[in-house]
Amino acid sequence: MSGSGTFSVARVDDALCVHLTGVWSLDRGLPPPAALERALEGAASARRVVFDTAGLGTWDSSLVTFVAQLVERCMRLGVGIERRGLPPGLLRLLALAEAVPEKAGARAHPVRASIAVRIGTATIAAWQEAVGWLAFLGGATLALGRFLIGRARYRRVDLAIELQDAGARALPIVTLISFLVGMIMAFVGAVQLQQFGASIYVANMVAIAMAREMGAMMTAIIMAGRTGSAYAAQLGTMNVSQEIDALTTMGIPAMDFLVLPRMLALSLMLPLLAVYADFVGIVGGAVVATGMLDVSLVQYWEQTKSALTVTDFTTGVGKSAVFGILVAVAGCLQGLRSGRSAAAVGASATAAVVSAIVLVIVADGLFAVVFNILGI
Amino acid sequence: MATDAHIRVHGLTMAYGSFVLMRDLTFAVRRGAVFVVMGGSGSGKSTLLRHLIGLNEPAAGEVFYGDVSFTRATPEAREGMLRRFGVLYQSGALFSSLTLAENVGLPLGEYTHLSPAEIREVAALKLALVGLRGFEDYYPSQISGGMQKRAGLARAIALDPEILFFDEPSAGLDPVSSRRLDDLILELRHSLGATVVVVTHELASIFAIADDSVLLDADSRTIIASGPPRELLAQSADPRVHAFLTRGEERPGAETHG
Ligand SMILES: Nc1ncnc2c1ncn2[C@@H]1O[C@H](COP(=O)(O)OP(=O)(O)OP(=O)(O)O)[C@@H](O)[C@H]1O
Ligand SMILES: [Mg+2]
Repeated sequence: MSGSGTFSVARVDDALCVHLTGVWSLDRGLPPPAALERALEGAASARRVVFDTAGLGTWDSSLVTFVAQLVERCMRLGVGIERRGLPPGLLRLLALAEAVPEKAGARAHPVRASIAVRIGTATIAAWQEAVGWLAFLGGATLALGRFLIGRARYRRVDLAIELQDAGARALPIVTLISFLVGMIMAFVGAVQLQQFGASIYVANMVAIAMAREMGAMMTAIIMAGRTGSAYAAQLGTMNVSQEIDALTTMGIPAMDFLVLPRMLALSLMLPLLAVYADFVGIVGGAVVATGMLDVSLVQYWEQTKSALTVTDFTTGVGKSAVFGILVAVAGCLQGLRSGRSAAAVGASATAAVVSAIVLVIVADGLFAVVFNILGI
Repeated sequence: MATDAHIRVHGLTMAYGSFVLMRDLTFAVRRGAVFVVMGGSGSGKSTLLRHLIGLNEPAAGEVFYGDVSFTRATPEAREGMLRRFGVLYQSGALFSSLTLAENVGLPLGEYTHLSPAEIREVAALKLALVGLRGFEDYYPSQISGGMQKRAGLARAIALDPEILFFDEPSAGLDPVSSRRLDDLILELRHSLGATVVVVTHELASIFAIADDSVLLDADSRTIIASGPPRELLAQSADPRVHAFLTRGEERPGAETHG
């Protein structure tokens, strides 16, 4: 290969002559900007710039970019340019690049904001986020109201599909996780309780913990990761491809058509999953208890029955209905507010899972306080 | 076979599973020509383009670039050939999470050793060529559909390709922008010396830019006409060809009864 394209400058009378030589190719890079600056130091005193392309080999966009830069600098310096020496193809490309003038005000000027401005912007953003949540909750409540009086605009088949997806399809993962959680609790409890010779109370511990807390909480977290993120991704993608806009212009509220079935599905299915998880967790506990301790299956079962009250179950189930709404709302809200790019959809799915888990745990804490005060 | 054929398609059969779209397509594209693939909606124009650039594999037949078989090339050889192509997709296909300058700069960063500052300069030039000077830092979602098309074109010409493929370049553009895009295609062909393959059913652009063409027909599943569109209009006896090139209007002289 011959040497890459270079340029040199020479003074000819009152003109600055730019000699372009060699093969100019993108593969070989552009001349360093510093060289251009140095060459143009002489240009300020020159009246015009001319080109000599006698030694020029083949060329591509690298030369066009270089000449375009040169022209721009010269224009800023107020030096005239004689383009006659340039190859005709290059002249046409330059003309094309200059054909549409830069739209005034189009270029964005990034400004480095001061700390006060940034704190202010963040506060406003947080406030708007809170308002967004409230507006969404209000909209969702209205949609629920319309559903109750039978005037919501949604498709039954969508609801059925969402019910199936949030219910039956989630059974395998719920089974696995709850079984393991039951086993782990029994295992940890057994080691401690054995020291007092009270191993049979493992049954109480597993049953009450599963029914009151872990069943509802674990299913809510599983569903946040599995279904909440899917909701955000679905609605976010629909937003990208303007499907939400299409619904709006058809006069169908997205709240009814998209959010309502999902919210109903999760808040109906999560309690059922939680009851199922309670049961599977207790079975997991029984496996550890009968395997590790001196407890028979019948003893374990009797002990569990005596430990559990209906209240334990209903608190767990009631909480999980609320968790279901929280997970669905977080998923749908993030999806509907997603930006219109692939990365934004990903970010909204992440935000959906994170906010759902935070909400579920905060809500669980509030429930604990309220139940304590009420003495439940 | 003409020695200056840049692309040769030989006995190409295109199918999706058992659904055969087109059978036994044979044609050649001259080096430096603007070649138009015409046909009704759903006739398989986009699919033909996908075969030419290796996104779909032929059910039968071969595609040659110069004398080299693209169909039988090794993956490495293919990659080398693909680097010489620029493709503008029907929907623009800009990366939504990158700015316009980053979109155009992506192939430059992958295939050249330019520094980030140089890449930005070249990207700015390419955007200026398509009339998007000053929009370097915009995201695709912040510009109009027609501007996205042009930004897609800027990305397609980033590496000074030898062959440019366009899928419906003027679809969704207003007549003036569409005309400007046609001029741009001709200008780029001239100054880059590229061969251009355009899929379109816009009659105005077909007559404005085409040196040569083929017309695909969905019913007979093959090429029903090939040649420069003006000659086809003047000389072809096939009523389907006339119907296509005159938007279904009657041939002058061939009056209906009554
Ligand atoms: N991935 C696919 N799987 C199965 N069939 C497909 C697939 N993509 C396209 N087709 C079928 O192939 C046919 C041709 O599609 P293609 O997109 O090539 O049409 P086209 O000529 O580009 O139409 P248009 O002008 O509307 O873009 C259509 O009938 C379509 O249903
Ligand atoms: Mg198409």
